[in-house]
Amino acid sequence: MAVVTGKRPFVETNRVIGPGQSFGKIDDTVLTPVLLGVQQTPRWWWIGFGISLAFLAMYLVSIVVLITNGIGIFGNNIPVAWAMPIINFVWWIGIGHAGTLISAALLLFRQPWRTTINRFAEAMTIFAVVCAGLYPILHLGRPWVFYWLLPYPNTFGLFPQFRSPLDWDLFAIGTYASVSVLFWFIGLIPDLASLRDRAPTPFQRMLYSVLCLGWTGSAKEWQRYQRAYLLLAALSFPLVLSVHSTIAMDFAVAQLPGWNNTIMPPYFVAGAVFAGFAMVLILAVPLRRAFGLENLITMRHLDNSAKLMLATGMIVVYGYLIEIFIAWYSGVEFERYMIFNRLFGPHAQFFWALILCNFVAIQPLWFRRVRQSPLALFVISVIVSIGMWLERFVIIVVSLTRDFLPSSWGDYISTFWDWALYIGSLGLFSTLFFLFIRLLPSIATAETKETAHHYEHEKVDPFEDVRERYYAEVNA
Amino acid sequence: MSTLSVGQAREAGTAAGGLYGVVAQFGTVEDVLHAAERVRAAGYTRTDAYTPFPIEGLDEALGMQPTRLGWVVLGAGLLGGLGGFFMQWWANTQYYPLVIGGKPFNSWPNWIVIMYECTILAAAFTAGLFMIFRNGMPRAYHPIFNTPGFENATRDKFYVCIRSDDPRFDLRQTTAFLASLGPERVVEVEA
Repeated sequence: MAVVTGKRPFVETNRVIGPGQSFGKIDDTVLTPVLLGVQQTPRWWWIGFGISLAFLAMYLVSIVVLITNGIGIFGNNIPVAWAMPIINFVWWIGIGHAGTLISAALLLFRQPWRTTINRFAEAMTIFAVVCAGLYPILHLGRPWVFYWLLPYPNTFGLFPQFRSPLDWDLFAIGTYASVSVLFWFIGLIPDLASLRDRAPTPFQRMLYSVLCLGWTGSAKEWQRYQRAYLLLAALSFPLVLSVHSTIAMDFAVAQLPGWNNTIMPPYFVAGAVFAGFAMVLILAVPLRRAFGLENLITMRHLDNSAKLMLATGMIVVYGYLIEIFIAWYSGVEFERYMIFNRLFGPHAQFFWALILCNFVAIQPLWFRRVRQSPLALFVISVIVSIGMWLERFVIIVVSLTRDFLPSSWGDYISTFWDWALYIGSLGLFSTLFFLFIRLLPSIATAETKETAHHYEHEKVDPFEDVRERYYAEVNA
Repeated sequence: MSTLSVGQAREAGTAAGGLYGVVAQFGTVEDVLHAAERVRAAGYTRTDAYTPFPIEGLDEALGMQPTRLGWVVLGAGLLGGLGGFFMQWWANTQYYPLVIGGKPFNSWPNWIVIMYECTILAAAFTAGLFMIFRNGMPRAYHPIFNTPGFENATRDKFYVCIRSDDPRFDLRQTTAFLASLGPERVVEVEA
């Protein structure tokens, strides 16, 4: 239902929750697809799940080849000792950050539009962290002794090197992964209880009864629940910032030109949120269509996510410029050469492709019409995801190929298994995501009902009055 | 509005046993908030309300004490942070002192990140587990589930329960009192 005046169509779905939503209707929209029997599973789900499984198989084959042959199957070697495994690790973990930011930061800032997108964004976070976390473990060479990284009393009499950012990483990512799962599960409890009460078969009822831990929804339970949820949000928000700052310090603490920058932590965090919102949009656009969630994940959500993507994208672009400026301003010839090499060296095409993806491609987002076109957002988000991968490639590989002494320069060529493991990890992610949307509600129904209630009674949306007046004028 | 006796509730397929309490079902948020205030004003103390989503002020309307969860989480976070510091201090100065990068053994600025992560880890898990265990979860059985139609407590209905162990509880009077609050129905619920 669009009211068209001049250039800008004013669409009715510019609201946090579409019109005419009752508590029961929200339940039906979200929970019915989850409770369908195996026979009624939509065809698109089987097709998507099947393709994902094929890529997951490729991932598992790659891991078997990796473990039997060792990390020599990857292209990284001296001087480029860090390459695809680290690029992909940083890429995946960055994608995860938008989920936590949506669920934690937007909760703390009391943004009502978070409620319908936080659940699947948190799921995205967890699955992205799974994909990310496996990379350093697989890259260890002997992944079966990964527990040597943990501080535990052992017969070697050794502890991890607590002064190293790589060890900080272990703590940061371990905490991030476990707290994200906890936050997600706590948020799921009331919805699992809803599924229990709506389950048509005894098996489903038993499954969701166990998972919801016997939630009754009493006022005392809600009181503790809300306090716990708020505190988890307050704890998760700085946690996200610390995780990517720590990852940035893996680079910034090193002496290598191109890595040794004080701007790295904030610039990495912005890049992570940028990539994360791109992935949120990549998932939200098909999801809302497939499940008919247009009234819950509205244009408002897409529009706001696009705005955040644009804002964080421009911070990242500022980071690129500051890196160039500081290289010149420092007067250090190695820093200056690094930038020259990045912009005009043998791998310059990656840098310019990155500028195209992360700077040029997001400029259309200044326009409302683009921000409200799901197809355009989807395409731009895919481009941004590629751009963020290129950014890590440029920082990690291009900096390593030419460091200080020309005699120690080298080149990097990726191998088949580099790509098989990476594309396979996309299969792992999408397999988990397909299972999630089939077995768990992808929208937090209890929170959405609360928002719907507030919306109805307190006009949470500050522009709602303006819009209503506008409609009244247009209709008059 | 209809009132179900224990006998009718038993026919409706609920469990046998003593009386758990009387439950009134409401259709709107305003009704249940109003009812909760009236229940408290009438002097009932062993009460609870069941809602599909958190309702602001419902715990206060029923006269519930604020939760202590925040203080427990604060303590756990501090303990976690101190534990993180102590682990690193002990490993680097007592257990296996090793000169790394010419830094002093007790180079605490290097330990801030891990201290911080330990703080968050301890605080977050305390918040989550405190909520779960103090709420009596995981639980296999709760008498309130014997309320006919209680599956709507996670959908779009709101319930107020006055337990039979309340000092002011009297089956006839309490049922009549709840019925006077404008509920959709009042039910006696077995334990």
